Amino acid sequence: MTKGQAMHDNPLRGSQPPLLHPDYRSTVLRAPMRPLIQLPASLSDVSQPVYGHLGVSAADADLTRHGPSGEPLGERIVVAGRVVDEDGRAVPGALVEVWQANAAGRYIHARDRHPAPLDPNFIGAGRCETDAEGRYRFTTIKPGAYPWRNHENAWRPAHIHFSIFGTNFLTRLVTQMYFPGDPLMAHDPILLGVPDERARRRLVSAFDFSLTTPEWALGYRFDIVVRGPGSTPFEGRT
Amino acid sequence: MSGDRSEDLVASPSQTVGPFFHFGLTTDATRGVMAMRGAPGEPVRLRVQVIDGAGEPVPDAMVELWQADARGQYGAAAQGSAGADRPFAGWGRLPTGGDGICEFTTIRPGVPATVDDAATAAHINVCLFMRGLLRHLFTRVYFAGDPALDADPVLALVPAERRETLVAQPAGDGVWMFVIHLQGDRETAFFDE
Repeated sequence: MTKGQAMHDNPLRGSQPPLLHPDYRSTVLRAPMRPLIQLPASLSDVSQPVYGHLGVSAADADLTRHGPSGEPLGERIVVAGRVVDEDGRAVPGALVEVWQANAAGRYIHARDRHPAPLDPNFIGAGRCETDAEGRYRFTTIKPGAYPWRNHENAWRPAHIHFSIFGTNFLTRLVTQMYFPGDPLMAHDPILLGVPDERARRRLVSAFDFSLTTPEWALGYRFDIVVRGPGSTPFEGRT
Repeated sequence: MSGDRSEDLVASPSQTVGPFFHFGLTTDATRGVMAMRGAPGEPVRLRVQVIDGAGEPVPDAMVELWQADARGQYGAAAQGSAGADRPFAGWGRLPTGGDGICEFTTIRPGVPATVDDAATAAHINVCLFMRGLLRHLFTRVYFAGDPALDADPVLALVPAERRETLVAQPAGDGVWMFVIHLQGDRETAFFDE
């Protein structure tokens, strides 16, 4: 086996994006240029206990019920999965926050200028806490793709933003969930910022009949892995 | 160490928080209040400003802080945002404004009394997210004038000429100013931890 093959067989290698990724233009003026300073675990506070949750109600996890006058337009879906750490242990009590565009590809955000319609019955934000087995579950609608100005004819694949906040910053993760079969993924500099194709695949949800509710909603499974105690920091994963 | 891990048990890739996180993550302005009036400790209003490589303020960053309480203990409150029955939270989250600034209300953290940590200087931990960052950044806020800075083992890992990038400066009335430069001559020291 050559050295190159050995490196490729390390599943950490290329599993996280570098800070500077010029194809994603916004990194150019925002990525630090100097090497990060390695902090040994004995000096780091990332494992110190932190708990940032406010009350989360069950209604927060159903994004189709947040409108003032009925349900949002779009394809109703269930998105569910588990949050585990790299030792395979469930992460219970983690705050999972999601936000997304509506079915037409428009965010409710004031700075979104995409000329697609807003949906008066869709805000697009939800949250829940993982249960004792690390499970979470949302009901929402499938978001639309939308254009952005990164390059000529740039379109973001449909995605749902995820924020995971466990009981310390070691497990902190902000990421995006994509949908299987979306042709825009092959052209998206944000997803392609993750060097390893196997790692990118783990950001693509799986259509799941066991989550699909008859006569009601399609189901997508999206499992999430966060760092565990003593695990390699991010720079060793790029 | 992790070379033999199954790829199914490798941390999920990070992706940028993007420009449109506000309605999902920062709708609650009280998350800038990490300590209520009356919480033990010296009151601090920590003003964080984020500046990009062109010298322009970053108006769409999200700043999260975590810190020890006045006794130097983490997670003692362990129950979320500060409130009437819980004066100290130890965690905060705010978006920057058009001037690249957000301001947290907290207290100056204490230093753990344990022997092996005795040399640590008081500090607040920072986790930074924004459009253009595919992964979050970690840095630390120390306090100017603290005699413990010289012996702090983390600052000792930072090249001497960059240590001041981690030191907040007093601006009067309990306000401390901490400017994060993402790039340039004054680029803030960021940690991989």
